[in-house]
Amino acid sequence: MKITQDKARFREIIKGTIRKNLRKYISHGELIARSGKDIITIPIPQIDIPKFKFETRQQKGVGQGDGEPGEPLSGESEEGQEGRDKAGNLPGEHSLEEDLSIEELAQILGEELELPRIQHKGKERIVTVHEKLVGIRRSGPESLRHFKRTYREALKRQIASGTYNPLDPVIIPVKEDKRYKAFRREVIPETNAVLFYIMDVSGSMGDEQKEIVRIESFWIDTWLRSQYKGIVCRYIVHDAKAREVDRETFFKTKESGGTIISSSYKLAIEILDSDYPPQDWNIYFFQFSDGDNWSNEDNKLCVKLLEENILPKCNLFCYGQVESPYGSGQYLKELKENFSDNPAVALSNIPNKDAIVDSIKEFLGKGR
Amino acid sequence: MRGTTGKLPDYIAELQLLVEKHAREAGLDFFDVIFEVVSLEEMNEIAAYGGFPSRYPHWRFGMEYNRLGKSSTYGLHRIYEMVINNDPCYAYLLEGNSLVEHKMVMAHVMAHCDFFKNNFFFKNTNRKMMNEMANHRSKISALMDKLGIETVEWFLDACLSIDNLIDVVRGPHSHREEKKEDLLTVSKIHDERKKSENGKSSKQYMEPFISTSTPEKQKKVEEEPQVQIPSGKLHSPTKDVMGFLLCYAPLKDWEQTVLEIVRDEAYYFAPQAQTKILNEGWATYWHSKLMTEKLLSASEVIDYADRASSITASVGLYLNPYKLGLELLRDIEFRWDRGRFGKEWEECTDSERRTTWDTGAGLGKKKLFEVRSVYNDIMFIDEFLTEEFCRENKLFSFGYNEKTERYEIESREFTKIKNTLLMNLTNLGNPVIEVIDANFENKGELLLRHLHEGIDLRIDWAKDTLANIFKIWKRPVCISTIISGTPTILRYDGKEHTQTVTHDAT
Repeated sequence: MKITQDKARFREIIKGTIRKNLRKYISHGELIARSGKDIITIPIPQIDIPKFKFETRQQKGVGQGDGEPGEPLSGESEEGQEGRDKAGNLPGEHSLEEDLSIEELAQILGEELELPRIQHKGKERIVTVHEKLVGIRRSGPESLRHFKRTYREALKRQIASGTYNPLDPVIIPVKEDKRYKAFRREVIPETNAVLFYIMDVSGSMGDEQKEIVRIESFWIDTWLRSQYKGIVCRYIVHDAKAREVDRETFFKTKESGGTIISSSYKLAIEILDSDYPPQDWNIYFFQFSDGDNWSNEDNKLCVKLLEENILPKCNLFCYGQVESPYGSGQYLKELKENFSDNPAVALSNIPNKDAIVDSIKEFLGKGR
Repeated sequence: MRGTTGKLPDYIAELQLLVEKHAREAGLDFFDVIFEVVSLEEMNEIAAYGGFPSRYPHWRFGMEYNRLGKSSTYGLHRIYEMVINNDPCYAYLLEGNSLVEHKMVMAHVMAHCDFFKNNFFFKNTNRKMMNEMANHRSKISALMDKLGIETVEWFLDACLSIDNLIDVVRGPHSHREEKKEDLLTVSKIHDERKKSENGKSSKQYMEPFISTSTPEKQKKVEEEPQVQIPSGKLHSPTKDVMGFLLCYAPLKDWEQTVLEIVRDEAYYFAPQAQTKILNEGWATYWHSKLMTEKLLSASEVIDYADRASSITASVGLYLNPYKLGLELLRDIEFRWDRGRFGKEWEECTDSERRTTWDTGAGLGKKKLFEVRSVYNDIMFIDEFLTEEFCRENKLFSFGYNEKTERYEIESREFTKIKNTLLMNLTNLGNPVIEVIDANFENKGELLLRHLHEGIDLRIDWAKDTLANIFKIWKRPVCISTIISGTPTILRYDGKEHTQTVTHDAT
């Protein structure tokens, strides 16, 4: 179709628009809510061709139907924009939404933030081949013959052709009757990257701070997913005690109490040691906190744990410090002192949503 | 048409003969109509191309296709008929439609085609537009191949930005009169053209693609590579901004080609926009008449009624142009059949007498054909929208209420409704804008004027549009307008936008 070319061009323009507005998209959480399994629906700002036209709100129109002067045009018009599209003879403004696959989005993200491709470690793309039975077909090896289906076909044929005798119900399948189980070879990429998300959920972390964490981890996920065939995420929350939770809980938990960061490291090390041998796995740590640890001793302990048990094993350790009214932010300083020249450590300060982009760049810009 | 046009299936071809026979007997007069059965995707593609099987490559067609694709997937709309003003007329039938739908669409299309052929406002449209569009495609494609998609698209976007700045009333040849202006030769700005002619000419390879519809002008350009612009205020301002730029903007040859194509198409489509209500009303009137009087078999009545009602349905408070046109035409037929027109009728105030008025004039059909031949929407509404009609069809006018921040019904007063409707139709619903000075402040700047009729321009769009005109004029561009009651000049100089309050209304 001729339109294919125009569609492709339009798509390029859309992507260009998204690229231009990426910072805005990133710092607004709205995209995340719109993400399905593999695609994301993105609202696109006006990309129509500009023309001289009337100020919409000053324009009057003619409609048809019941209603007294002063009555609103339709129920939806309470929400302003909506009503305009539906009523009267004035041209409505249609907003544009485009579906983008996660890969495309990751590509745009990568290009715009100039993220380097990641050097994998361990076995490059471990995959397993899996044979899965997916249905029935008419030919195949005898070992996969489906007895019941074959019998049924033969029975059908014999009844139809009148050779079936209920007194002597002998069913003899011929070649056409035979049915076989069908299988498909599936190549399942074996996960080879694991992401540890660690979040401080102590009383000092408010909703806004969590929103920042949520947005940032969404984009980190998106990028890393485009770099690895398979990814496992483990979520750890901690206050004075650490525990592992699922994704849902991770972003929703509201805890209170003190903050002992080392507790989460201990838990992470435990999981790491039992499940993820570092020679096969690309290991990432993303820790978010307001940096207000319980005590100086614990800070020391953390540094020690990092040095001895975490950093040698992982590709990258990222610490993002969100600002909260209560936090002292001491922990960031602590890490800076100890690891500022360690290439496997990325540290960033995220005072507000606008800083998310730079923080992502800080984290992933190292290409590890 | 698309190279692979299959023959119509026999049963549809027979249907076409039948419908044509009845349509001609009823008095319709149309070009040959060529139907093609297309799939839903193809239908959406053609619709995205404004009815044509092929247009020049541009992203907005892709955007439109996506939009149509989505809304047809969700069942929000369905394209029933599409027909091109061309001789022969091309029209499309949707694959999978029932026979009764095909019949209805055919009858509808025949009436459109009759309208195209006989309506005064279509008199000067290119009846071989199908070929012309294909030519446009090959011209633009060739330019894109030579110069790169981005370069051509960049300029094409600029041209499309002003494709509503044409003189709908006077037509494509109006700007020619401006040639009487005192011309001022501007050589500086034209260095580029000179260079390209001295050095490796950008012209040679372009030669085959250059439109030669204005041979005198081209000749002039060859002898005299300088562009001439009117030296001061134009004696008579022109609304054909595109035509003006085509004559006087320092355009490279390929830019000239692109602008000319966009302008040609704008003028080609203008009559359709001018006659939307009347044309759709006419087609609906006839499919209804032909179907119910001639073409329906008893078993099809229910299906027909279902489809037909969906065409004229009023969704919410939306004013359906099909319905408005249809009802007005029926009203005309009714009135002229009973002689309800003329001085005596107008002056009669006896309501008793008015409701039973019937002189047996029987002029309905004659009047309808007259309306079809010489009216456009504005004239149609102006003359035949009556107070009774507004009341019976519950028309109202609405507007945005700043206080309540919502759209509200404003009035059911006849004059207000009619004025609003006429206002919406004036200049195809676009602001009236004209070129008044091509040498503004003696600096070769272009000055446009917005004839403010109570509604401001949308400023952000206006600024973007100015920036696009700059790409064509290549020097600063200004527009004088009124913003919230203050006379203002918006100006774009290639780098930044300025907004100046003026005291003298230019």
